[in-house]
Amino acid sequence: MSLSTDDVRRIARLARIEISEVDAAATQTRLNAIFKLIEAMQAVDTSGIAPMAHAQDVAQRLRADVATETDHRDAYQAVAPAVERGLYLVPRVIE
Amino acid sequence: MFELSLSQLAARLAARECSSRELAQQYLDRIAALNPSINAFITLDAEKTLAEAADADALIAAGTAGPLTGVPIAHKDIFCTDGWRTTCGSKMLHNFIAPYDAHVIQRFKAAGMPSLGKTNMDEFAMGSSNETSYFGTVKNPWDTTRVPGGSSGGAAACIAARMAPAATGTDTGGSIRQPAAFTGITGLKPTYGLVSRYGMIAFASSLDQAGPMAQSAEDCALLLNVMTGFDPNDSTSLEREKEDYTRDLNQPLAGLRVGLPKEFFAEGLNPDVAAAVETALGALKKLGATPVEISLANSRLGIPVYYVLAPAEASSNLSRFDGVRYGYRAPEYSNLDDMYCKTRAQGFGDEVKRRILIGAYVLSHGYYDAYYLQAQKIRRLIAHDFSEAFKVCDVILGPTAPGTAFKLGEKSDDPVEMYLNDLYTIPANLAGLPGMSLPCGFDALGLPIGMQLVGDYFSEAKMLNVAHQYQQVTDWHSRMPREPMAQYEKALLEKTINADLPSKPLGGTLKI
Repeated sequence: MSLSTDDVRRIARLARIEISEVDAAATQTRLNAIFKLIEAMQAVDTSGIAPMAHAQDVAQRLRADVATETDHRDAYQAVAPAVERGLYLVPRVIE
Repeated sequence: MFELSLSQLAARLAARECSSRELAQQYLDRIAALNPSINAFITLDAEKTLAEAADADALIAAGTAGPLTGVPIAHKDIFCTDGWRTTCGSKMLHNFIAPYDAHVIQRFKAAGMPSLGKTNMDEFAMGSSNETSYFGTVKNPWDTTRVPGGSSGGAAACIAARMAPAATGTDTGGSIRQPAAFTGITGLKPTYGLVSRYGMIAFASSLDQAGPMAQSAEDCALLLNVMTGFDPNDSTSLEREKEDYTRDLNQPLAGLRVGLPKEFFAEGLNPDVAAAVETALGALKKLGATPVEISLANSRLGIPVYYVLAPAEASSNLSRFDGVRYGYRAPEYSNLDDMYCKTRAQGFGDEVKRRILIGAYVLSHGYYDAYYLQAQKIRRLIAHDFSEAFKVCDVILGPTAPGTAFKLGEKSDDPVEMYLNDLYTIPANLAGLPGMSLPCGFDALGLPIGMQLVGDYFSEAKMLNVAHQYQQVTDWHSRMPREPMAQYEKALLEKTINADLPSKPLGGTLKI
């Protein structure tokens, strides 16, 4: 299978990465080379094989439902691009 | 002094032959002389280093020092470090100062090991040559026209050039082992889950694992003792009793069964590398080991599987970089959505964007079963090959990489060619097994060759034992590149650095 430039634009849109027409074409070539590498996987018969997520097949731990975090707002917001009165500033989304 | 092992440095400190501050200053001076041509560090802060060293001296004076207290270490710039800039090699985080320490950093701080700085790396750990770093490529100290490998290229180069006696690295598909091989040092990726990923900027969460990089297996064992341990802040951290990874270093190797995967010695392997690994096998046989031929038939699928799983996880993990809470934000945009798109287009480099796009595609509607699910199933087949192999052998031996350090720029335009570098290292990540690389010779050009050991789950002590015994009868790990030594000596002669005045502070001039 191979990706069209439309596919590239669509996934760039999904990933929220702006892409120019020129870049889309160049990216298409590179991605198709990578997908060609990935294709080797498709010929393998995996019927009856359970997918593997964690090597030890561990279950997610649960912790007690109690607050453990203290307030770090000032420290966290000190590295933010734009804040005001304890809030993160972004362009207006609701008219 | 720069050839000393961690335990030798610690012994000097314990005997009060030098202070931690003096030791740190020696390394800072060496960094000042060599780093401009190697570019192994992204951030240096001599003041902070010396303050941490002074704290270590206080612990030593109070008699509360641990085994490595006062010995300095360099940290890969993927670990969040309170008060130090943490960039992950990306423009996206070029100005990010973490408000907390990663678990690994907490442990090294608690052990009293001062930080020498943050080492250069491929952007978000995506690369095998350190050429994707926003902060410039790292040069291989053995030949500065060549790459040091990646993604922990800065860490590897700083150990090779003896700018640090110890370093942290991370390994998602070979990022500790391949640069270790390219630079003639020793590095270990532990069993997945042994070292906490808390505060380690995530690339592919089901594969990422931090580990030690140093001159020798013995040094790695000491560092692993510090790094490992359960952490409730990492949901994949394993609850196990604390081990002493030095406990078996001196065990004899008589009766050791060394598995040789025939797939790792097939077409595509550089003949110099094959010969060096063969010779190393000879040394192990002399020490009492028996070779056993094994097969890892599905390992050839490692690269395809990896380039589905790792980008899929990366595309999810890197969605957090949106220009809202931290890091880079595009200077101009028309609305919120445009802000996201421009921020990510400008903040990420080409390789990172490529992987995010692959990930977005394989996870998108209608493709999940064909790609992600299929890859996870083959992942189990790969892990199964290993578990079958470990029924007949104790440790697996092979090359770390198909070749030696390549020229800067040689593969940077061809992602697929670059990916093939991790052919032998990726299977261990997919299976979650521990793997290590240690030096075993040089090629015809004088470039270091690394051999890889892969062990069964939690067999780090055994692997370190094998590596240490090998390093008792060989001296590849103690070889140093000539060029940095000559440069350092020239700097001493010209008095651009003052190694004879070890307590003279460097001030802020080293800050990058």
